[in-house]
Amino acid sequence: MQSIQEIQDEIIDEFSMFEDWEERYQYMIDLGKELPLIDDQFKTDNNIIKGCQSKVWVHAEMNDDKVAFTADSDAIITKGIIAILIRAFSNQHPKDIIDANTDFIDKIGLKEHLSPTRANGLVSMIKQLKMYAIAYQTQLK
Amino acid sequence: MLDIDKIRKDFPILNRKVNGKPLVYFDNAATSQTPQQVIDVIVDYYSNYNANIHRGVHALSQEATDKYEAARLTIQNHFNAKHAYEIIYTSGTTESINLVAHGFAALLNKSDEVIVSALEHHSNIVPWQMLCEKTGATLKVIPMNQEGELDMVVYAQLLSNKTKLVFVNHISNALGTINPIESIIKQAHNVGAAVLIDGAQACPHVKPDVQALNVDFYVTSAHKMCGPTGVGMLYGKQEWLEKLPPYQGGGEMIDQVSFEKTTYAGLPHKFEAGTPNICGGIAFGAAIDYMNTVGFETIANYENELLKYGTEKLLEIDGLKIYGTAKNKTSVISFNLDGIHPYDVGTLLDKMGIAVRTGHHCAQPIMDYFKIPGTIRASFAFYNTKQEIDALVEGIKKAKMMLS
Repeated sequence: MQSIQEIQDEIIDEFSMFEDWEERYQYMIDLGKELPLIDDQFKTDNNIIKGCQSKVWVHAEMNDDKVAFTADSDAIITKGIIAILIRAFSNQHPKDIIDANTDFIDKIGLKEHLSPTRANGLVSMIKQLKMYAIAYQTQLK
Repeated sequence: MLDIDKIRKDFPILNRKVNGKPLVYFDNAATSQTPQQVIDVIVDYYSNYNANIHRGVHALSQEATDKYEAARLTIQNHFNAKHAYEIIYTSGTTESINLVAHGFAALLNKSDEVIVSALEHHSNIVPWQMLCEKTGATLKVIPMNQEGELDMVVYAQLLSNKTKLVFVNHISNALGTINPIESIIKQAHNVGAAVLIDGAQACPHVKPDVQALNVDFYVTSAHKMCGPTGVGMLYGKQEWLEKLPPYQGGGEMIDQVSFEKTTYAGLPHKFEAGTPNICGGIAFGAAIDYMNTVGFETIANYENELLKYGTEKLLEIDGLKIYGTAKNKTSVISFNLDGIHPYDVGTLLDKMGIAVRTGHHCAQPIMDYFKIPGTIRASFAFYNTKQEIDALVEGIKKAKMMLS
């Protein structure tokens, strides 16, 4: 199994091949289109991340001591960003998710989405993934 | 005729690049840009005569006081208020509305009704809801039609001798609709209700005459009309301003203070507690002077041309729908692309140096009416050009290609 760090390095590697913003965003848009959708039963108001201009739903479950995330958004670029986050954090041990840093976002040229003014709520999304991990971590103990 | 090359030279920010592309600024309904003439006034204030106003005996304080009060006269003249003391400086439209809502809390009871329009910005909804919660008064809503125009037939039915206040914006921020405020005011007065008009979106485009309108309260912000943020005004008829209790307590707003009893200062100081935004007030005056030099008729004609051109060009894009198609509207175009989230389009346009606003524009009830999460809003000012509109159209086409 790849570690979160290894996956992040892989993502950085992929993004380094893009020459301009258009290629970068086209890739994210394509990722957004591929993202496995969340099961409709989890697309509830409880699973909505607040503070987003676009709606974001995240669902988490624990399989074999690993946290699996599924998610969806009504905006495709937001969905692309979620796809990247899920690839990095899903199917990992809760503790690794809690400890993981997120500076790879900066390294793949998406730093602007981390600004508090950005309405897509990337910051709240990362926080939400980590909150789930913390919740499952306490269950393990 | 508007000399666009000369005008654009007045706005230094229009020369900058965003994401490596020349800035195309189409978020004017959120805030307008600032001409050098106003920037110079701000720099001059802090460089030469920054001081606290009104009670200072020294030269700087007197200079600052003179300029601040001279700006009040500029505002009075611009809006044609009868008296300078009917112009209250505030931090902006939102504070102006809250000041009036706070005052009416003392005057309303639970059998009273207040009327608001379906086209309002949250800032002209929430303070009145809070007022109704406090007083038990009932909030009624004037509905709108598919074009984004108010239903004046229902308005006439809502009015009764229970109606105490009516609040409507002069121009809608989300759709650009120009509301028939003359008729709204007249009908409200017929049943003895007072009217507050939110002019935040109107003042960059038209020159309201508060006496001709016979309006009771008119509010606006400087930053929508080439001035700085954090300053605005409340116009109120003298008889209403005298009826309303003070909004905030503090220095400047008192006549005599003792621990037994404080008596309040007269207008306008009764509503201007504490050290005001002195530089902002002076710059507000300078912004009004600047816009009058360009001329409101010239501005309106030019912006109408941009609106007509922009509407035509945008509608040529397949699957583009415009929200707000009132016959009488300003240079605001709110739209969506079929099957595409406004946020995605806004994000890609930003990468191309084009600033638009996406989302619900602080007018969620309007978005609910159209059953959409939000729109993309391009709002034009008199310093924008048709070439910039062409860049927007190209940008949208490119975004559409990338997203579909």
